[in-house]
Amino acid sequence: GDGLHLKLGRLATEEEVAAWDIDIRPDGLGLPKGKGTVSHGMEIYDQNCASCHGDFGEGVGRWPVLAGGQGTLRADRPEKTIGSYWPYLSTVYDYVRRAMPFGNARSLSDDDVYALTAYLLYLNDVVTDEEFELSDRNFTDIRLPNEANFIEDDRTDEPFYAGKSEPCMTNCIPGKATIKMHAAILDVTPENADEDDQPAGGID
Amino acid sequence: MNDRTTTASRRAFLRNGLMGGAAFAAAATTGSARAAGDPAITEVQDWNRYPGDGVDARPYGSPSSFEAHVVRKNVPWLTSDAVSSVNFTPLHELDGIITPSGLCFERHHGGIAEIDPAMHRLMINGMVDKPLVFSMADLKRFPRENRVYFLECAANSGMEWRGAQLNGCQYTHGMIHCVMYTGVPLKTILAEAGVKPEGKWLLAEGADASAMTRSIPMDKALDDCLVAFAMNGEALRPEQGYPLRLVVPGWEGNMWVKWLRRLEVGDQPWQQREETSKYTDLLASGKARRFTFLMDVKSVITNPSPQAPISHGKGPLVVSGLAWSGNGRIKRVDVTTDGGRNWHAARIDGPSLPKALHRFYYEFDWDGSELFLQSRAIDEQGFVQPTKDELRSARGSNSIYHNNGIQTWFVNKDGGIENVEIS
Repeated sequence: GDGLHLKLGRLATEEEVAAWDIDIRPDGLGLPKGKGTVSHGMEIYDQNCASCHGDFGEGVGRWPVLAGGQGTLRADRPEKTIGSYWPYLSTVYDYVRRAMPFGNARSLSDDDVYALTAYLLYLNDVVTDEEFELSDRNFTDIRLPNEANFIEDDRTDEPFYAGKSEPCMTNCIPGKATIKMHAAILDVTPENADEDDQPAGGID
Repeated sequence: MNDRTTTASRRAFLRNGLMGGAAFAAAATTGSARAAGDPAITEVQDWNRYPGDGVDARPYGSPSSFEAHVVRKNVPWLTSDAVSSVNFTPLHELDGIITPSGLCFERHHGGIAEIDPAMHRLMINGMVDKPLVFSMADLKRFPRENRVYFLECAANSGMEWRGAQLNGCQYTHGMIHCVMYTGVPLKTILAEAGVKPEGKWLLAEGADASAMTRSIPMDKALDDCLVAFAMNGEALRPEQGYPLRLVVPGWEGNMWVKWLRRLEVGDQPWQQREETSKYTDLLASGKARRFTFLMDVKSVITNPSPQAPISHGKGPLVVSGLAWSGNGRIKRVDVTTDGGRNWHAARIDGPSLPKALHRFYYEFDWDGSELFLQSRAIDEQGFVQPTKDELRSARGSNSIYHNNGIQTWFVNKDGGIENVEIS
C-alpha cells in the first residue's frame, strides 16, 4: 500500500502472534480447540467466580450480575446481563479468558473457559441440560436472546440534531424558571471530612 | 517550616485576612479613618524577609501548597472497586483549555499498568501483508505530529440521566481532559505492515490486566488517529497509558486504548465486551444503539458552580466555561442567566482547535438576584447542544452514556450554587 515504508520494526513470529491474539468474533474466528460441560463449569465457577458474582450469577454487592433480568430492558430499572442483554456468546468466552477472574486474569485454561461459558448459558436458561458440553464445534450454533435488539448509531436523526436549526435567543420560554429537582436534596456527593456540607473538592 | 504549620498559618492568615477585609470595608462605608491599613501590605511578610528554596530543591515541581485542594476526586459508590473505576478532573479550578497532566481524570478497568518501556511492544497482525513488532525505540523513529484533543469518557454526566444528582461540575462533567499529544499517525504505522483491501476494521488492545479491546472502523484509523507517547510535552503518565496509547479524536474515551500493545486488522468488528455489554446505549424501546463512537457537542459552566460559589458579592462577575464537540470546532457558545428564557453570545478565548476544549467567558454585572445559569454550545457542523429533556424524550433515561444535555446551576442570593433541573 501507500506510505513511507521506513522499514522499521520486524516480522512478528507465529508464536508471538498466538500469544497475544486471543480475540474471538461472533462467527467463531479465533476460537481455540477445546470443550467443557455445564457441570464442570459449575465447579470452576464456585471456586473462582461466585465470591463476586454470586452463586447463581446474581452478583454480590455492586459486583456485576451475570444472569437473569430477561424482559427488563424496557423497565424503569433494566437488569442487563449475559442472558438479558449481551448479543453474542463469543464475547463471553473472549472476555472471561481475557480479563477474568478479576485480579487473576489469564489463569484459566481454554477448556475451563468452555466449561464456564457453558455454565453461564445454564444460569441464563439458554441451555437446560447439566450435561450439555460446549466446544469449538457447536459454539456458533448458540444464539443469545437479545442479539436482534442492537441498532446502529442514528443519533443524527434525533429531532434536536436533524434540523440543525438556529436556536432561540430571546423570550424563548414563558414565565419564570422553577426548580423541579435538586442535587443537594439527593445528597450523594462525597463530602470533605473536615468541612460542613460542601461537596468534595469545594473551595474552602 | 513543615506542611502542617504552613497549612495552619495559611488558615489563620485567610481568616484574619477575610475579617480584616470586612472590617476595612465597613470602615470605608461609614467614612471612618483608614487606620492601620491592610496587614498584607503594612506588615513585612515572611516571603519578603527570608529567602526561599533554591533551584536544587524541586527537580520536578509541584503546585503551590495553597492549591492542595485542586485534585482528582472519586465517588466510591459509583463502582464496586477502585481498580475498575473512574475519578474526576477538578474543572471548577482550571482555566484555559489544557488540562495539567497530573489532574487528567483516570478511568481504568484493571488498575494502572506499570510498564517498563524497554519491555513494551506494539504488534500489528491480522489482514496485513506482514505482521510486525515495534519497540518504543522503533516508534520514535517515525515522523511525529503534535495535536491538542479532548478525551471525554462516554459516561461523562451519565449519573445525571435521571436528574440532578452530584453537586459540582467536577463530578457531573469531570470525566474529560484536553492535552497536547505527541505521536505517530496511526496510518503511518499501519502502512508499514500493509493493510489488505478487505481490512475494514481495526482491533486495538491494551497490555493491562483488563486487556482492553475495541473495534475501530478503518476509515477512522486512517483519518486522524495517533499512536501517542507524550502528553503536554513529556512522556505519558502511567495512569494515561505510559508508554503508549491510542488517540481517537472526537470519539468516546473508552476507544483511546491505553498501554497499547496490539493492533489487529479484520473485515468486521469483534463485538468485544466494551462494545456490547458496555458502551452500548439502551433506549426506551428496549433496543440499544451500538458503535456510538462520536462525542456530541457539549458545554458546561465551570465557574461559578456548586464547588465554586460566588464569594465576592454583587458587581462584576466572570462566568467561565468549557465547550467541545467531536464534530470539530465550536462555533459559538450562548449563556443564559434566567434558565433559557434569554441567551447571550459568550466570548471564546484562546485557541479554537478541532475536537479540542474551547474556553468561553461571559462577563456581566450581577445584581445579587437568583440566577439559573446555563451554557449552550453550537459546533461548526451546526449541531446545537440539546436540553436534557430533549435527550430523554428521544432516548429515555437508561442510556448511561452520551449525556450532553444542557447543565443548569441555580445561584441563590448569597452566591451559593446548586446542581438543579428546571422547567
